Amino acid sequence: MKSKKLSIPYIIWMLVFTMIPIVMIGITAFKDSHGNFSLEPFMKAFGYTGVFLKSLWIALLSTLICLVLAYPLAYLLTRMKKSSQNTIQMLLMIPMWMNFLLRIYAWMILLQKNGPLDTALSLLGIHGTYIGNTGAVVLGMVYEYLPFMVLPIFTVMSKIDGGLIEAAQDLGSNGFAVLRKVIFPLSIPGVISGITMVFVPSASTFLVSQYLGGTDDIMIGDVIDKIFWTDQSTGSAISLILMILIFVFLVLMNLFGDEEAIA
Amino acid sequence: MEQTEKKVIVSLKDIFLRYDGEVILNHINLDIREKEFVTILGPSGCGKTTTLRIIGGFVEPESGDIIFDGKRINGLPPHKRNVNTVFQKYSLFPHLNVYDNVAFGLKLKKLPKDEIKRKVMKMLAIVDLKGYEKRSVAKLSGGQQQRVAIARALVCDPDIILLDEPLGALDLKLRKSMQLELKEIQQQTKKTFIYVTHDQEEALTMSDRVVVMNNGVIEQIGTPEDIYNEPVNAFVADFIGEANILNGTMIDDCRVRILGKELECVDKGFGKNAPVDVVIRPEDVIITKPEDGQLVGVVENVTFRGVHYEMSVRVGKCEILAQSTRSAETGSTVGLRVIPFNIQIMNKLLPIESNTIETTVTYADESERYFEFELEDETVTVRDKYIPQGSRVRIHLPFDALSITGSGDGDLKDVYIESVVYKGEHNEIILESDTRKWLMLSDTDEQVATYVPLWFDFKKASFEVIASPDQKEGET
Repeated sequence: MKSKKLSIPYIIWMLVFTMIPIVMIGITAFKDSHGNFSLEPFMKAFGYTGVFLKSLWIALLSTLICLVLAYPLAYLLTRMKKSSQNTIQMLLMIPMWMNFLLRIYAWMILLQKNGPLDTALSLLGIHGTYIGNTGAVVLGMVYEYLPFMVLPIFTVMSKIDGGLIEAAQDLGSNGFAVLRKVIFPLSIPGVISGITMVFVPSASTFLVSQYLGGTDDIMIGDVIDKIFWTDQSTGSAISLILMILIFVFLVLMNLFGDEEAIA
Repeated sequence: MEQTEKKVIVSLKDIFLRYDGEVILNHINLDIREKEFVTILGPSGCGKTTTLRIIGGFVEPESGDIIFDGKRINGLPPHKRNVNTVFQKYSLFPHLNVYDNVAFGLKLKKLPKDEIKRKVMKMLAIVDLKGYEKRSVAKLSGGQQQRVAIARALVCDPDIILLDEPLGALDLKLRKSMQLELKEIQQQTKKTFIYVTHDQEEALTMSDRVVVMNNGVIEQIGTPEDIYNEPVNAFVADFIGEANILNGTMIDDCRVRILGKELECVDKGFGKNAPVDVVIRPEDVIITKPEDGQLVGVVENVTFRGVHYEMSVRVGKCEILAQSTRSAETGSTVGLRVIPFNIQIMNKLLPIESNTIETTVTYADESERYFEFELEDETVTVRDKYIPQGSRVRIHLPFDALSITGSGDGDLKDVYIESVVYKGEHNEIILESDTRKWLMLSDTDEQVATYVPLWFDFKKASFEVIASPDQKEGET
């Protein structure tokens, strides 16, 4: 009974700041400019299909790159001494102490024409543009979200019983077979929460593409950001579609995760 | 014995291992023969699991050789050794079902699917788990998980199966039935089993040979009967079964004095008037009328143990355990007899009269009446006794002048408890510090293989000045 009472503030918090806004978005999404019920905002929202697809593509690419980078790192971390583990985790966390916008500004400076990267590569005779394209956006996203991939995988991996690894070796597994047949299957829950924690915010992120991307790298988050100033209904409709897409994605991920656990 | 004709399959030669400066295995030599059930028995921390892990390839010895089937296999990783382990915590793969757990090793060998299936099914039948193939291992009972672990190791058809206290987590009844089952599986599969346990009963029940270990050394290797009937020292006698272990003096060949009485025995070659340990098993003590006894005592307490009564008889200050199918009355005076054959004589674990420290006084204060000396990098202060600085002195500390209970760090900080043996009156405890061993008496039971502080009571000590300080030191 006591625990129920204690949960009241959180319930109020969630009602006021999560449920009510969602309901309001839901209502606004079905209104035309005169305030009448209409499907018009959704018709307008479908005009942004290309942006949707591009956003999902960028999010997917960023998530995959994060996974490819994070998995070996997490694995190596588990094999290190406790002190080295703490140092590297710390190094991963430090950038997050700074505001996300500032970090994107930092990347703008690094990548801009005649910026440090450009200057350095020019000296080597390599000329190119490093900002204002999809690559820069993906780079920014990977930089932003890499810790969110490393940490859950590392946490799950470091909880794997060392006895299981010894058992696998004992039964004839070399290092690679141990990784493939024991560590990987047992680390899947970490991979799933890592993918979720990177993909969901990546898909809905904004500003990164505005600062690092080109004109055709606009993401759905940016569209919502812009459109809300002039057309709340369409903004709400796009938000609602995005929320549903993400929800479907989460459900799929969880199904996949459960299957892995049983198989 | 027939055992000796069989081929040696694995042999440890002069294995030495230290961890964090502590000696874990102190020059171990062990031969294990084909199709043998060998148990390595010892208290926790004696190095038995480490010995097993060395054979399995999980630990590399600092020096010494591991010879497998005639070949030196030091440095060979576990997956290349034809040895499989049943781990203490089973270590079943939680993401795989019973079938896939058992098939794990065979799949790695890339055997054809139908052959894997045939072998797994056969093995599941042997361990009595038919019909459990699709079960998740997490949903099995302890005993079933245990059997999956055994099947998983056996199915790989290794030359040797290593078992690391595999029954430790099971309850008594299940443990007993698993003991028999394991022995049966071993006989059925004709594999070499190397089994590690701290449970002496388990060791005696299952093994062809028992290896008793303590403090990184092998104390005795022998058949269960040998180990029980002819223990080589008080540690083994105390660890295996129940025993009366008494201090005695060997008067001459075949004559020993215990508790003030001279008794006939069958052991020879200890010399005249040599201090020895005497072991008498409780079932070998015969209760008689007082006038017929070699020793006379008062029955202090009687416990009914099912097949027999266990009686504690006080002879002088000493307590003797006796087992008999007939009970004697508490408080009554009885006689005790032991036939010569049943009196086991053995050398003392630590044959010293007292703990002697030979040292030089590093500081002394005449007015305050105390002096100090260095012992294993620590400064020890002796109060109420003045011996001039620079003197060479020999300090004799009787066994009861040592103590491991008190407040603070002790005179010596971390002393290792090597063995605790009850001698009818007190526990005799052998301690090991950085450079030497100590013998103390205690009325409390202490945990072996732990580290404790050690105090000296110099009021009980005697001092012997062997050399006065020389002139140079006298000037300062």
